[in-house]
Amino acid sequence: MLITILQRAVMQGTPLLFGSTGEILTEKSGHLNLGIPGIMYVGAISGVAGSFLYEQSVASPELMNPFLAVLIPLLCCLIGAGLMGLIYCFLTVTLRANQNVTGLALTTFGIGIGNFFGGSLIKLVDSDVPSIALSTTSKIFKTELPFADQLGWFGDIFLSYGFLVYVAIIVAIISTYILNRTRVGLHLRSVGESPETADAAGINVTKYKYLSTCIGSAIAGLGGLYYVMDYANGVWSNNGFGDRGWLSIALVIFSMWRPSISILGSILFGFLYVIPTYIPDISVSAKKLFEMLPYVVTILVLVITSIRNKKENQPPAALGLPYFREER
Amino acid sequence: MEQKIALELKNITKTFGSVVANKNVSLQVRKGEILSILGENGSGKTTLMNMVSGIYFPDAGQMFIDGEEVVIASPKDAFKYKIGMIHQHFKLVDVFTAAENIVLGLEDEKGFDMPKYIEKIREITAQYGFELDPDKKIYEMSVSEKQTVEIIKVLFRGADILILDEPTAVLTPQETVKLFAVLKNMRESGKAIIIITHKLHEVLSLSDYVTVLRKGEYAGTVKTSETNEAELTEMMVGKKVFLNIERSEPENCTDRLVVDNISCVNREGIKLLDSVTFTARSGEILGIAGIAGSGQRELLEAIAGLQHIDEGKIIYIDPKTNQEENLRDKSPMEIRQMGVRLAFVPEDRLGMGLVGNMDIVDNMMLRSYKKGKSVFLQRKAPKSLAEDIIERLEVVTPSSSTPVRRLSGGNVQKVLVGREIASSPTVLMAAYPVRGLDINSSYTIYNLLNEQKKKGVAVIFVGEDLDVLIELCDKIMVIGGGKIAGTVDGRNTTKEEIGLLMTKTSYEDNVKKGGSDNDEKSE
Amino acid sequence: MKKVNNSLHTSHFSSPFHIVKRDDIVWWKAWMFRVISVILALIVCGVITISLTGINPVKMYLTMIEGAVGTTRLVWNLFQNTAILLCVSLAVTPAFKMRFWNIGAEGQVLIGGLATATCMIFLGGTMPTPLLILVMLVLSILAGAVWGLVPAYFKTRFNSNETLFTLMMNYIAIQIVAYFTLEWSVPKGSGTPRTLEMGQLPALFGQKYLINIIIVVIITVIMYIYLKYSKQGYEISVVGESENTAKYIGISVKKVMLRTMAISGAICGIAGFLLVAGTDHSLKSDTAGGRGFTAIMVSWLGKFNPLFMILTSFLIVFLQKGASKISEVYRLNPSFSDIITGIIIFFIIGSEFFINYKLKSNKKETEAERC
Repeated sequence: MLITILQRAVMQGTPLLFGSTGEILTEKSGHLNLGIPGIMYVGAISGVAGSFLYEQSVASPELMNPFLAVLIPLLCCLIGAGLMGLIYCFLTVTLRANQNVTGLALTTFGIGIGNFFGGSLIKLVDSDVPSIALSTTSKIFKTELPFADQLGWFGDIFLSYGFLVYVAIIVAIISTYILNRTRVGLHLRSVGESPETADAAGINVTKYKYLSTCIGSAIAGLGGLYYVMDYANGVWSNNGFGDRGWLSIALVIFSMWRPSISILGSILFGFLYVIPTYIPDISVSAKKLFEMLPYVVTILVLVITSIRNKKENQPPAALGLPYFREER
Repeated sequence: MEQKIALELKNITKTFGSVVANKNVSLQVRKGEILSILGENGSGKTTLMNMVSGIYFPDAGQMFIDGEEVVIASPKDAFKYKIGMIHQHFKLVDVFTAAENIVLGLEDEKGFDMPKYIEKIREITAQYGFELDPDKKIYEMSVSEKQTVEIIKVLFRGADILILDEPTAVLTPQETVKLFAVLKNMRESGKAIIIITHKLHEVLSLSDYVTVLRKGEYAGTVKTSETNEAELTEMMVGKKVFLNIERSEPENCTDRLVVDNISCVNREGIKLLDSVTFTARSGEILGIAGIAGSGQRELLEAIAGLQHIDEGKIIYIDPKTNQEENLRDKSPMEIRQMGVRLAFVPEDRLGMGLVGNMDIVDNMMLRSYKKGKSVFLQRKAPKSLAEDIIERLEVVTPSSSTPVRRLSGGNVQKVLVGREIASSPTVLMAAYPVRGLDINSSYTIYNLLNEQKKKGVAVIFVGEDLDVLIELCDKIMVIGGGKIAGTVDGRNTTKEEIGLLMTKTSYEDNVKKGGSDNDEKSE
Repeated sequence: MKKVNNSLHTSHFSSPFHIVKRDDIVWWKAWMFRVISVILALIVCGVITISLTGINPVKMYLTMIEGAVGTTRLVWNLFQNTAILLCVSLAVTPAFKMRFWNIGAEGQVLIGGLATATCMIFLGGTMPTPLLILVMLVLSILAGAVWGLVPAYFKTRFNSNETLFTLMMNYIAIQIVAYFTLEWSVPKGSGTPRTLEMGQLPALFGQKYLINIIIVVIITVIMYIYLKYSKQGYEISVVGESENTAKYIGISVKKVMLRTMAISGAICGIAGFLLVAGTDHSLKSDTAGGRGFTAIMVSWLGKFNPLFMILTSFLIVFLQKGASKISEVYRLNPSFSDIITGIIIFFIIGSEFFINYKLKSNKKETEAERC
């Protein structure tokens, strides 16, 4: 049973890991993007739409090209979520709008897009299917690694997931590497810590803000895609994604802006999410209190880090603050 | 040995609007030489060097690097000509290590190789005798370490011409000694170094040549070995300019504010105020002179209840009852509630004294809004006060409901001073009240201060222009390094006397402090 | 070197435009920009709707108006929804004016609603209804205030990031309410929220929402006066504009912060009270319905001015109601209204840039200087 719990925790945690890695990249450039929940919805629905149109266009599921079946939703998701990041950037960086207001509007907009197209896609393309159920595509997304069934507990714990789970972990590791070990990472962090200093050092602050936000959004979008294609077996249900976007933001705080800690944090959050299912005789209502735990833990982390006041664990110093060179 | 000229400026002129920051300034610095640029605050030293480092662009004049005429239009151009400037305010990322800050913004085709960079940083530190741990985080560093990071940052980029803006302003005497040793090492290895300063002893102990600026104009260049403090002071302050500020004889002077032996220490352990003792008397203007950042701000803020002090007393003597009250550790609100009518015109007008986005009426209320038991604001009195001030002080504004941020500097100051004196204070403190103001507004302010003096207010005036201090103030107290360097009578002092107190005493003081520290070490 | 007519430039002087902050803009010009942005947004929304559904845009907007104000019931509905959204927006406004990013209104509303529901369930029948309503009101105010004070305390004491803190507090509140909803649902655990009979706000003149609207109108007036004419409102402005000035005149920044967040939370509590006792007569985890977040946009778009906020909250509710009518009539998903709302807010947010700044061509300027 422990293995099953762990497996399910990883699966629950993966969307959060994508979301938090994307948000960390964005926040490292000094932008608190509260549009992440909306972006993840858009990522999901873009992938679903791409996949749905592809499935509709082939005569029968057997004729589907597995490579295209993965590539199309993946690209659609990255583009859709990336465009959302672009809207956010254009408003906050170029038009200097307030980050919180823009982010919240983006979330309203994004969730709207997700639910609208999720609910109306079939009608819009005049299809005759009763609901969006991308079972064939989902199967491909859910393909486990080789030998997953043959290696006992090892296979179950480490090999039994769809490829996006591994992508999430790899992206988090690569992000950690880029942030800490490369020049691009150094420059990006300087933009989020002190844009004036970065500017004075000849770093193109605007470019870094745009790139990190758009790339971060695209990564977060994958979280939505994973949820629909893998976790939800390709079945879209409105609001099914729930508050995972906000949990991703909580995870950013919990992991103190480190994608490497997010990997473990996402599993912990996932664990807290699934654990009530395994507690015998627990009431439905008590489950709700368990779902509160990730947020409580996050607040504790926030409070403890601010009490300890260790500089490395603080949010990027310029987080949420607008930056523009003073024009005279 | 004939040294090659590294940088030469010819007839550089720069104006900001109607203000002339630099006029026909020429200078040259050779490789393996240290040049000091000496001048009082506001004499245009920093503006001149900002042009060399590409932050400003000159209106006229020529620049030569290694004998070739060049155009420096941006910091990148300056970097191309191997010019590096270390500003007074450091631009560093707090959570980064020294090494990360040093390589920040650098493009290196060979990839990002931190160990190699650290190796190179260590080479530079060893070569010139710096002390720096490349892995130390900036926020753990003292000011002097941060400065070291800034200097290495410039050297790392291969600068051959180094400009340091007031490098010792933030250093302890011991750190200054170390910095000078490093600078001398750099000179030995053929770098051209320019240091901007207004401290005479530094000029004499460090540089080969001195270029003096006075009010934006070139006052001459002398060889350090052939000059002395008296000559430099004279070049720096120039001849006395008569301003015709009216000064009445003080009448009925009584002690109003007794500052008794106050000291305060900042987080880095540097003494911002060191046993400051003085008395401000009613009906007198007490001037405070000193180089910028010598503790003037802290002193006024300590009296106003904004700066925590570690030792001493601030005694206010009530003019009516002669009762003594200690203002130490009281908040501004508490001070007011005690009935102490203390007015304070701070240096930062729009950031502290006024709220830029509020209109004149609302700014009038800042001091008085709490009056009365009502939970509502009374705008009637502040409105008539605002209109009164606008009329009496000739504030140029569309109306009393114009946000103060939209007024010009002189008008902003009239609003602020007007409000502060409206409460009929018994003590009036003003920090650099005429900075950035045109002549007419400046005289309005002088007249207001004089008016207050005649009314029997104890006025404390922190100023930078020695001519003004000498003509306006009854007594002038010179502050240096947080200590009182001396007090002179405004009626029979000279600029030279004050100038020497400002610069020389802090040197003697430094030597003394340095000495005592060495004693501690030997124990 | 030639004479160059340029007072100051940095490395970016080659770009064709530069951005200049406007010193001042006449009010009608500013509103013109806003109106233009809304019109542009409506055009964009129209284009999107047509391309998705092929509906005639004129018909679409007519449907929208019909959906918002088509019948008396709808009009009341519109006003009631505007009132609640306005109430939450008024709540967050003092905090924003102080530059304290309270994005925890959603949670503060819910906790207020929870307090009301608790009273209705456990005190219902034990005391006369007017007294019960009073107790409900007081307790929801207290609950909301406490929920607002927690992040404020940690902000003043340890400088914890208030944006993140208040955001997290929302979800704690949501889950707590979700727990009680299930606990109290009939039958227990079914998820069908219990209808709360005792302590419902009375209908005035036969209109059940009138009392809500009246209460919010009163709060609006009080908030307007509070911010503009009271000493505490003045302190909020000073702290928000410049903490340094606040210290200079001796305002205790911490005290103002705690007090203002208590007020902010308290009014959210009232909104929760109105939702539970005056509107829904039940409590669910989506009782606040995202208004806590929408309110932030309303307040910001209304420039933190309670009177403008009446307009902005009305605009947003109008759009939402209208858009949901469209989705109903043309059998689209109800989330259509969120898309419309989002687009319009983007445009209004964007228009602020043109109100605050103007683009200047660099070439023109140098020419002008020469003249």
